[in-house]
Amino acid sequence: MFRNQYDTDVTTWSPAGRLFQVEYAMEAVKQGSAAIGLRSKTHVVLACVNKANSELSSHQKKIFKVDDHIGVAIAGLTADGRVLSRYMRNECINYSFTYESPLPVGRLVVQLADKAQVCTQRSWKRPYGVGLLVAGLDESGAHLYYNCPSGNYFEYQAFAIGSRSQAAKTYLERRFESFRDTTRDDLVKDALMAIRETLQGETLKSSVCTVTVVGVGEPFHVLDQGTVQQMIDAFEIVAEQEGPAAEPDADAGQEASAEPEPEQGAAAGEGVAPMDI
Amino acid sequence: MNFTASKQPESCLLGPESDSQRTLYPYVTGTSVVALKYKDGILMAADMGGSYGSTLRYKSVERMKPIGKHSLLGASGEISDFQEILKYLDELILYDNMWDDGNSLGPKEVHNYLTRVMYNRRNKFNPLWNSLVLGGVKKGEKYLGTVSMIGVNFEDNHVATGFGNHLARPILRQEWHENLSFEDGVKILEKCMRVLLYRDRSAVNKLQIAKITEEGVTISQPYSLKTYWEFSAFENPTQGAVGSW
Repeated sequence: MFRNQYDTDVTTWSPAGRLFQVEYAMEAVKQGSAAIGLRSKTHVVLACVNKANSELSSHQKKIFKVDDHIGVAIAGLTADGRVLSRYMRNECINYSFTYESPLPVGRLVVQLADKAQVCTQRSWKRPYGVGLLVAGLDESGAHLYYNCPSGNYFEYQAFAIGSRSQAAKTYLERRFESFRDTTRDDLVKDALMAIRETLQGETLKSSVCTVTVVGVGEPFHVLDQGTVQQMIDAFEIVAEQEGPAAEPDADAGQEASAEPEPEQGAAAGEGVAPMDI
Repeated sequence: MNFTASKQPESCLLGPESDSQRTLYPYVTGTSVVALKYKDGILMAADMGGSYGSTLRYKSVERMKPIGKHSLLGASGEISDFQEILKYLDELILYDNMWDDGNSLGPKEVHNYLTRVMYNRRNKFNPLWNSLVLGGVKKGEKYLGTVSMIGVNFEDNHVATGFGNHLARPILRQEWHENLSFEDGVKILEKCMRVLLYRDRSAVNKLQIAKITEEGVTISQPYSLKTYWEFSAFENPTQGAVGSW
């Protein structure tokens, strides 16, 4: 990026009307490992690539549960992300305590954006170097938002942030029109395929990614490695037969969705006891 | 009360200086509120009396008010504290509306907010001297709850405050059932209000009945109940009474 005399602090405008510190903060988001989100009418899926510093270390936590109905995936300075997640959890819990009702995600996102904006207008502060994909439920259904270090926020049907997110975005752009009415499992599958795009050649394994789901009647939770690996196996088999995944993505999606449906049902059924009261 | 001229720090809650800053006893009070769930929503009744001690001083006090789109609040106890609560709720609903985002506070949220307010004031030894009834309908779900001045709160199919608890609730326990029609609900409420009129000395014969459904709030014009005072037991009540001299 360019170094110039207007980028020393966030309260200095450039002659072209830009705040360079804010733009540098958005660069930090682009350097973080990928996180993607997509939503249907009733569910939102967040997925991210687990990047570890070395083979010896564990990977950083990039997806946080904020409340039963809200989760957030971050890209950029994960420390900033943790602090903002703590703020979000606090806001949710305070609202729940006062109103015995979940905080609508649309309102939380605005509070978050206003908090970020403050840091773009104080000379003694710096912008948060983290982009947040906020997934949550509202009275009006499922929502996915992206919060910028600039204090802007946008609602999305699907989005990807972090390094090599453009590959995922290209995949999502091709498929997003079907997301609104798709099933929960197909949504997860699309998320995994988008993650695969960002890996660019690397094998997609459940250990390399984290997948989370929130939906109507389904509180926010992380899908366990076993379930994720099963889903990957299902569409990887088909993809191998077809060759490099480019056009056959749509076909692979359809064939794969027919197969693992009963497996998913069985896996879910074993862990859950029927309610008999 | 302590009338000595002792100098106590303002932070001490139990001194004459700070007494003027907090509620010790109520002055202008409203009596019972009675409410029940019926087929389409909630029905609530309250008379229009504001007593000043034992004097039935004000006879046109509206003790039930709509809150936002989905709720109805009825109050007994200190009328000025009720007006203060209405101010708090007005601000709450205003900020809720300013979001303009398709989300809105329903009766459950308002009830819990009020519980927090009442309980916090009680903890500061400066209560809002009211018993509140909060009813409403949102997205087809009916809600009816109550909060007292010490923060006790609960929901039920029928609630009452003050004397209503002793005189009206037994009637409601007998006669309430799911999916009451509007006419049946009003009949039961009028029965309760009539008993209260006969037996509660702070009741006045001028009442309103309010209903809240998915469509909204309607508060009736004030009207009076027919009463019967010709029971033979009321004529010559002292005949046959055993005196001491």
